[in-house]
Amino acid sequence: MLRLEPRAQTSRAWTWGSPLLALLITVVVGVLLFAALGKDPWRGLQMFFWEPLKSGYALGELMVKATPLLLIALGLAVCFRSNVWNIGAEGQFILGAICAGGVALLAGKDTGRWIVVAVLLAGMLGGMLWAGVVAWLRDRFHASEILVSLMLVYVATMLLGYLVYGPWKDPAGYNFPQTKTFEAVTLVPRLLSGSRVSLGLPLALLAAAGVWVFLFRTRAGFAQQVGGLAPDAARYAGFSSRRALWTALLVSGGAAGLAGGLEVAGPIGQLTPYVPAGYGFAAIIVAFVGRLHPFGMVLSAVLMSMFYIGGELAQSRLGLPKSITGVFQGLLLFALLACDTLVNYRVRWGSTQARQGAV
Amino acid sequence: MTLPLLSLQGITKRYPGVVANQDVSLTVLPGQAHAVLGENGAGKSTLMKIIYGSVKPDEGQVFFEGRPVSIRNPQEARKLGISMVFQHFSLFDTLTVAENVWLGLDKTLSLAQVTERIVAKASEYGLDLEPDRPVHTLSVGEMQRVEIIRALLTEPKLLILDEPTSVLTPQAVEKLFVVLHKLVSQGVSILYISHKLHEIRALCSACTVLRGGKVTGMCDPREETNASLSRLMIGAEPPTLAPEPRTPGALVLQVHGLSLPKQDPFGVDLEAVRLQVRAGEVVGLAGVSGNGQRELLWALSGEDRRAAPQAITMGQTPVGAMGPQSRRRLGLHFVPEERLGRGAVPSLGLAHNLLLTRREALGTGGWIRMDALSTQAREIIARFKVKANGPDAPARSLSGGNLQKFIVGREISAQPTLFIVSQPTWGVDVGAAAQIRSEILALRDAGCAVLVVSEELEELFEISDRLHVIAKGRLSPSMARADATVARIGEWMSGLWAVSAKEDDHVAA
Repeated sequence: MLRLEPRAQTSRAWTWGSPLLALLITVVVGVLLFAALGKDPWRGLQMFFWEPLKSGYALGELMVKATPLLLIALGLAVCFRSNVWNIGAEGQFILGAICAGGVALLAGKDTGRWIVVAVLLAGMLGGMLWAGVVAWLRDRFHASEILVSLMLVYVATMLLGYLVYGPWKDPAGYNFPQTKTFEAVTLVPRLLSGSRVSLGLPLALLAAAGVWVFLFRTRAGFAQQVGGLAPDAARYAGFSSRRALWTALLVSGGAAGLAGGLEVAGPIGQLTPYVPAGYGFAAIIVAFVGRLHPFGMVLSAVLMSMFYIGGELAQSRLGLPKSITGVFQGLLLFALLACDTLVNYRVRWGSTQARQGAV
Repeated sequence: MTLPLLSLQGITKRYPGVVANQDVSLTVLPGQAHAVLGENGAGKSTLMKIIYGSVKPDEGQVFFEGRPVSIRNPQEARKLGISMVFQHFSLFDTLTVAENVWLGLDKTLSLAQVTERIVAKASEYGLDLEPDRPVHTLSVGEMQRVEIIRALLTEPKLLILDEPTSVLTPQAVEKLFVVLHKLVSQGVSILYISHKLHEIRALCSACTVLRGGKVTGMCDPREETNASLSRLMIGAEPPTLAPEPRTPGALVLQVHGLSLPKQDPFGVDLEAVRLQVRAGEVVGLAGVSGNGQRELLWALSGEDRRAAPQAITMGQTPVGAMGPQSRRRLGLHFVPEERLGRGAVPSLGLAHNLLLTRREALGTGGWIRMDALSTQAREIIARFKVKANGPDAPARSLSGGNLQKFIVGREISAQPTLFIVSQPTWGVDVGAAAQIRSEILALRDAGCAVLVVSEELEELFEISDRLHVIAKGRLSPSMARADATVARIGEWMSGLWAVSAKEDDHVAA
């Protein structure tokens, strides 16, 4: 019979082994899924795990999608480590996209290149504003940040819809719900010709390093996390819980907003109702699969990006519905949550002799 | 000869890197109060957990009522008639007293019946308890009463008590002992774990001493002295502290008639608390837990900032509205009663736990210099003889006593000008307790003002120069140690100091 026995200390090996095992389980279930749908499982796996890696261009696309995922997940990790449950990064991403787009639309033919900085800053501020609403409601009225942040996603979606169907609609756009395409000067510079990888990638990697330093090498980052680990200890030490709340939400809102700005002033190049691609929600999975650790999240962002691209390829080449991406993401998170049991428990093939752990 | 109720033979339990019990044998007769004596880490708790079925021994055999038994879990232990009161309470904060007790019993009774039985047991044994109060509003002492009642409700044949008196007043200890004597006379056996030698001698008729996981002696404690028991337990006599008259220095801490309404419905209102602590003196604060100690300490540490700025002063600085960090900068260091979760973050290493109150390892901009932090932790571990697996050992991996040594060490080595400590030696073994007390006295001799809140009168008598008693949120006048007697303090603990206080007014001034 299978038994769970509590570990005296959390297992370091399983802390990082659990995501790998979860990935393996996801792959196995994926193979079964492809087989059940009558597709060649090998081809299916290729779509997800080989096609996104096989050429320079493919790798570039992988990075294009990994960038916003990583940026958002970094902010979320700061939140989750402080016990602030911001579920609405998607909304902050959209607000960032709207604000960045708004500034980009102001640019004319002869605007200088500096406008890119303004566009990205506007994106960041937009995300911070949206997360700031959550922080304020939590701080002032003790409103649950989980519900408020999630609900604000839908408000942001509506706001975007209103703008692109209404005041910001391109007059020369044949009545399509979209703004005019942004001027070239407003777009984030690309790193290489022939690839869509932009300055966003080094920016996101820099942010990962920055978050690592903040969390593990500064007192402010330490104080931030103590509030999440042991609120009474934070109070005893004199670390302000309000400050931790605001920091967490402003950092994650800013990161999500920046990701939104990079997205509209990059691959998309205009505002459309299809700006929200679910990065804000997928980043939650990225954050947990990456163990809320900046370096782990770099890897998990790439993995999640593979799921996005693999899903698109499975749609176009195997005729599978695009929701296969969501299925894979969900599988991975579920498998991870299950595997995380191993971090705190040991599995024993217990005979009747085996004892359960301490009460 | 009577058949033993419980007998352990050759029990050995190994954990990775440590042998918790080695070839331990122990025999408890029916109706016998049997003491298990030993320092922290001597293996007492492991042995009790083996008896209670929550840990499985590697070798050896347990006999209960003459039959070999293998107790797989606490439920089976309770079925046999073994009940245990743990040192660390297993209560759900959000549930009421009655609901907590109900959870631990088999489900044949309704909640109303359980409530009735709690009230009956409580009055039978004089344990004051309201069944409808949520547990999070109880003081530590009251929580322990819940645990004791819960154990008694199972009508045990063998009752295991792990450090049961550490949070009780002398009167409450006496009451508990009446309870325990009554149980023994009813034929119940008691396994009593304690560091308090006089209690063991008052209660127990047999004693097994453990040191380093091995049995180092078996005796009848009534025929031993404190010194001879200590020798068995730690292999040497604990250092004694000689009291000497002192002339205190400048005023360091003053509380000027502080009144604070309670923050939760079962808290205590502080009423016009007046208190002075001078450099180079130890002021002791006695009282039953739940009489305003928590609230006063929150206000003194800065965790509660509702006080008027002028209500609390350090030197000339009004600090009533300052947070803990600002007060720390003025030289206040505080050791709270709760070690895990308040004094230390359970999941973080010892080195990182230094950052809660210490800044020495910080560079510009709050940069953490990891090497310096590790070194600092190592120094405290060495100086205060903390048994830990290095500076990165998580706080929760340490035993209660060792964690307390580390936290006390962290605050004392900051060289405070004002040191406030709550329950400095609760659950700490004799050797470590003596060490902590002598460190406190060394701090005093170095000119620090010290305020000690403790529910152990003996301890307060040993280290305080003056004593106050707190009762129902009010603070008594101060009493010089020379004038303090257990009877008088006990009387004051009920809030009755009006009459006897007059003659002491000059002391308080």
